[in-house]
Amino acid sequence: MEKELKVAALRNGTVIDHIPAGQVFKVVDILHLHHYENQITIGNNLDSKKMGSKGIIKISDRYIDEAEANKIALVAPEAKINIIRNYEVVEKRYVTLPQEIREIVHCPNPKCITNNDPVRTVFHVKKQANGQILLHCHYCEKDLKCENAKIN
Amino acid sequence: MKNSLVSISDYGKDEILEILDLAAHFEANPNQKVLEGKVIATLFFEPSTRTRLSFETAVNRLGGRVIGFSDAATSSSSKGESLNDTIKIVSNYADVIVMRHYIEGAARYASEITDTPIVNAGDGSNQHPSQTLLDLYSIRKTQGTLENLDLTMVGDLKYGRTVHSLIHAMYHFHPTFHFIAPDELKMPEEYKLFCKEHNIPYTEDAILEGNFSKTDILYMTRVQKERFQDLMEYERVKDVYCLHRDMLEGTKDTMRILHPLPRVNEIDMDVDTSEKAYYFQQAQNGLYVRQAILTKVLGLSI
Repeated sequence: MEKELKVAALRNGTVIDHIPAGQVFKVVDILHLHHYENQITIGNNLDSKKMGSKGIIKISDRYIDEAEANKIALVAPEAKINIIRNYEVVEKRYVTLPQEIREIVHCPNPKCITNNDPVRTVFHVKKQANGQILLHCHYCEKDLKCENAKIN
Repeated sequence: MKNSLVSISDYGKDEILEILDLAAHFEANPNQKVLEGKVIATLFFEPSTRTRLSFETAVNRLGGRVIGFSDAATSSSSKGESLNDTIKIVSNYADVIVMRHYIEGAARYASEITDTPIVNAGDGSNQHPSQTLLDLYSIRKTQGTLENLDLTMVGDLKYGRTVHSLIHAMYHFHPTFHFIAPDELKMPEEYKLFCKEHNIPYTEDAILEGNFSKTDILYMTRVQKERFQDLMEYERVKDVYCLHRDMLEGTKDTMRILHPLPRVNEIDMDVDTSEKAYYFQQAQNGLYVRQAILTKVLGLSI
């Protein structure tokens, strides 16, 4: 009973909801949660009326700023972020993809300088007329489909 | 550095036209002391004799001096020096760095770590803006304008960076494109989408035969054997994409044939004597365009 309570309620921290099932661990990567020492609850393949199947992440005592939230948009464009203080939702936020993404995405082109020299990746976000979101490598100028992005 | 020329998309329409006008000025008189007292570095981490000679001739005819290397094997990068260090060191000596590198994005990165202007002379299969500008110069010179032209591109449209850059550069000038390529080497989807988004009409075809009577510029590219997984397929297509003199019948009198060179067998030598063959003059135009680029990146007035 007590364990269940721990999962359900978060006193202070962040809840990231409506993550597509299968993308949950990419969000974990983006937020570098592997080494986070406070409580984290990760749920995956949960039933969702809106999405069919979804994932959720609850992180104690950590607040996600806007820049981090926008990085999540890369893999979970529908994600909703709730900031919790003293069991209350004090802020709701939807994610928006930034115009420029630094460092977190790996360029798939083996001949790109970011894979050959100690150069950090930079991608420019482009939306095509058909709705496809492309990441344009600032260096080798190749386009990458957003859903194929590999997170560093 | 703001004055660098890394990618053709660094220049808008006005800057492209400024370069072409400057190049015309240098064509009228290629020997001027515009670069007197300037040192230009040509760093060729990958050999490219024709491009290097063209840049170095441009410098010499403008009275500048050249330092550099023509092959990474003879530079300190063979000792393991990073690109970062090479660029920082050479920046201490030179007023402009012209660089060619096999790594894509190398020139963009170089332009971010030094205040010395960088001119990209080719970075892998990515960008080669002086080639694009000399193509534009050749097109304007032979047609009298860049506006509303009909361009047919033939050969390797999948990997050919010159045709991709030309699409991006011509978009300022209301072109119509015809892409003629074997299935294996078709124009990639992203460039066709680019045309659609900018209302640029285009057609696609797999056979080069009597379908360019309205063409103003026939832009030929090399079909490279190493691009084919199936060598029998290569043998089949290599002759289909060979331009012969008799195929020029019925084309416009003002039509001109361009090719970024080197050519292998995609233009028969019997075409060379046709007045429509323009590829050798096109290469010569590269000299004037490179003189213009060096002058512009240094912010010099003439």
